[in-house]
Amino acid sequence: MHVFTDPTNLQAYLDSFLWILKLTGASAVLALLWGVLLAAMRVSPIPVLRAFGTAWVNLFRNTPLTLIIFFCYFGLFVNLGASLSDDLELNNFWLGVVGLAAYTSAFVCEAIRSGINTVPVGQAEAARAIGLTFSQTLRLIILPQAARAVVAPLGSILIALTKNSTIVGTIGLLEASNVMKQLINDNGDAVIPIFLVFAGTFVLLLVPTGYVFGWLAKRLAVKR
Amino acid sequence: MRTKGIVALAAMAALAFSAAACGGGGDDDNAGGGGSTATGVVGKAEREKKLVIGVKADQPGLGLQTGQQYEGFDIEIGKIIAKALGVDAANIEWKTTVSANREPFIQQGTVDLVVATYTINDERKQKVSFAGPYFVAGQDLLVPMNSTITGPESLEGKKVCSVTGSTPAKRIQTDYPKASLQLFDAYSKCVEALANNAVDAVTTDDIILAGYASQSQYAGKFKVVGKTFSTEPYGIGLKKDDKSSCEKINEILKAAATDGSYKTAWDATLGKSGTPAPTLDVSKLTNCG
Repeated sequence: MHVFTDPTNLQAYLDSFLWILKLTGASAVLALLWGVLLAAMRVSPIPVLRAFGTAWVNLFRNTPLTLIIFFCYFGLFVNLGASLSDDLELNNFWLGVVGLAAYTSAFVCEAIRSGINTVPVGQAEAARAIGLTFSQTLRLIILPQAARAVVAPLGSILIALTKNSTIVGTIGLLEASNVMKQLINDNGDAVIPIFLVFAGTFVLLLVPTGYVFGWLAKRLAVKR
Repeated sequence: MRTKGIVALAAMAALAFSAAACGGGGDDDNAGGGGSTATGVVGKAEREKKLVIGVKADQPGLGLQTGQQYEGFDIEIGKIIAKALGVDAANIEWKTTVSANREPFIQQGTVDLVVATYTINDERKQKVSFAGPYFVAGQDLLVPMNSTITGPESLEGKKVCSVTGSTPAKRIQTDYPKASLQLFDAYSKCVEALANNAVDAVTTDDIILAGYASQSQYAGKFKVVGKTFSTEPYGIGLKKDDKSSCEKINEILKAAATDGSYKTAWDATLGKSGTPAPTLDVSKLTNCG
């Protein structure tokens, strides 16, 4: 355990998980907003929007995340010049957030859409009968019920997102997987302990998350 | 499903056993064999006429893998050693190593030797033994032709690219904290970023940089600054306490320096970038202790 008693190593370890939390937080918010919009597009009466939503989901859900993140750096930033911050580290961070959000929103969209399918069709028919427009029906009647049905799957997506955020390490952010690699490189004699500490930290972060979402799902479920 | 699982488990166990048996073989050196009395990897190579050498796969000019072929200066050095031990070039098994797994590979016997831009330092000497050095490199900077960067001092506020966990990256972090450090998992990505002006410089050992600068797709675009700010003696890694093999390899290197095979190896690989062959300073060879 001498590796983590060294103050610089300890600081690197703490910073690395702070990046993981920041990446997860920022991209979770973006992915949720964009995912809900995508789901709305996919059930909308406008063919162009439906096609766009379907295309987005199929494209990003089926592309390896490493490639998406890599494209964010070499495509968006290097070739198209989309610089998101003057600070090198923050720029990489936001490029990573964009990639993670684009990828995760596809999964959020599909979860929400499956939730929409749990809402009985009579609800939408009744809403239309009292004269609500499509967007009113969706916002006031369908989505609130759909969202309560998909709390558990959204929790799974959040857990996957937390672990996926280590992939931003490929564009140089010093997050958990990179710092682990660095520590292993410096301390070839303590490979297993270092690995266990990093894996254990993820377990510590994610097991409670799973339970919280399980509890929320039960509490919020629509009793039919 | 269940039977399948059991079969798979049994297969894994069998694999593990055979792997263990292989690993053990290298250790009892004096047992049996075809007449050689030498111990350690040298003895093993002379008896079995086979050698497993760990090399880099992503460093042009030093150790580069294209398809199943490996080529570069490290590869040539490996061939010189193998030849002197009576091992045919065809019987050398090249294994790709990265900076992080060189010590474990030697310690676990996955490879017999490591010739992979392997800097000799005291920390590593705790875990493995080094023969050589067969070349002395130094950390340097690769910049675009028209760059104003003249050395590590002029890096302030510039973006420098290196590889995660590498010694050059660490030196930038500690000695030149005013430079922003972009990290990737391979130098090839750094060079790609440099070609697109996303970073201002790439840093690692001068000789690796020269290898990239001489790649045809980057010809005339980059220059190596030429002001080294570290000394990196490249050694040949082998199991700790394998003193006799280490001494034997040093003798082979000594012979290679005088009979011209060292220069031939250089001219066929790194020498292509125009750098004349260095002289192998035999007085600097390690004492294998």
